[in-house]
Amino acid sequence: MNQKAVAPTWPRGVYDALMAQNVRQVAYVPDAGHSELIQLCQANAELSAISLTTEEEGISMLAGAWLGGERGVLLMQSSGVGNCINLFSMVQECRFPLLMLITMRGQWGEFNPWQVWMGSSSRSVLEQCGVVCYDVDEPERVVDTVSAATNLVFNSYRAVAVLIGQRVTGSKNFAK
Amino acid sequence: MASKRKIVLERREVVARILRDRGTALVVPGLGAPTWDAAAAGDHPLTFQMWGAMGGTAMIALGLALAQRERRVIALPGDGDMLMGIGSLATIGTQGPANLVVAVIDNERYGETGMQETHTARGVDLEGIARACGIRKTATLYNMKELEAAMPLFYKTKGPTFINIKVTANPVPNVLPPRDGAWLKHRFRQALLGDLAFE
Repeated sequence: MNQKAVAPTWPRGVYDALMAQNVRQVAYVPDAGHSELIQLCQANAELSAISLTTEEEGISMLAGAWLGGERGVLLMQSSGVGNCINLFSMVQECRFPLLMLITMRGQWGEFNPWQVWMGSSSRSVLEQCGVVCYDVDEPERVVDTVSAATNLVFNSYRAVAVLIGQRVTGSKNFAK
Repeated sequence: MASKRKIVLERREVVARILRDRGTALVVPGLGAPTWDAAAAGDHPLTFQMWGAMGGTAMIALGLALAQRERRVIALPGDGDMLMGIGSLATIGTQGPANLVVAVIDNERYGETGMQETHTARGVDLEGIARACGIRKTATLYNMKELEAAMPLFYKTKGPTFINIKVTANPVPNVLPPRDGAWLKHRFRQALLGDLAFE
């Protein structure tokens, strides 16, 4: 059975919300849940849409963006949270604003057991590192959650992760 | 490939020479010795001194270079820092802006932990990696004459550019810049952006 969610409309809304808040650098490690949002960003010549070899590169890149006066966002899946931990120390020490949109693996109907540990510990790891976490499990709440997170990041200079649940992005189904 | 040429350059002279011509450039020295080298050359509000974030120096410079395309941005990681973030050369190779220069101060050692050898002491060729990542403007420098001849690569030539500078492992005194990260960030942004830094 294909468990993929209904064709999502939230990526377009998230894109519009990020543009409205003047986000100019989009760092990402490719991810199925973010594919539409990544395509929208790549299509905008005024954005720097940068594919990374590892998520931690994005933490540094967005610190540099802020030093240079630009706002950025890091798109990743929960599997990459562990890759970022050491760089969170710079984010906290320097109080860099940091916006992360994280699609979750290892929870709702996960097929791959190797995804479960990082997925189920992402939130506690992020909180241990001083990152504020917003959960969102309903497609119709994604856009306003991202908007609220973006406000907190750039107006209150905080590190915030929006954890987009697997119920929103759909479980990966290897059998389809 | 990495050659066996004799290493004679002293890191303090190298960094001082590079920064002498900095003009309006933005500078990001990596944690440890490169940050002390930059401090010894003279503290500057548009130098973002790193006291940590090993592996992140080149990527901070990339984000900065994308945000400030009219300025030269010079990253000065050590070889250990560059090796830890070696994938960032692939990212820079595919996406790197023309105003970005990554210049590694390569003493082939982990300086802060007791001068243990890094992979560059064992034949790993950082310039070769950079070229293989698609960074077309590259060099490896061994003496002051070569450094002098390479100065246009730092401040003029269209990049992205990667320069590996072989320096001795001779000890140098610590020269410590301010260390409060939030303050260094604010100082940098205010010097670069003026009042917009606090909007």
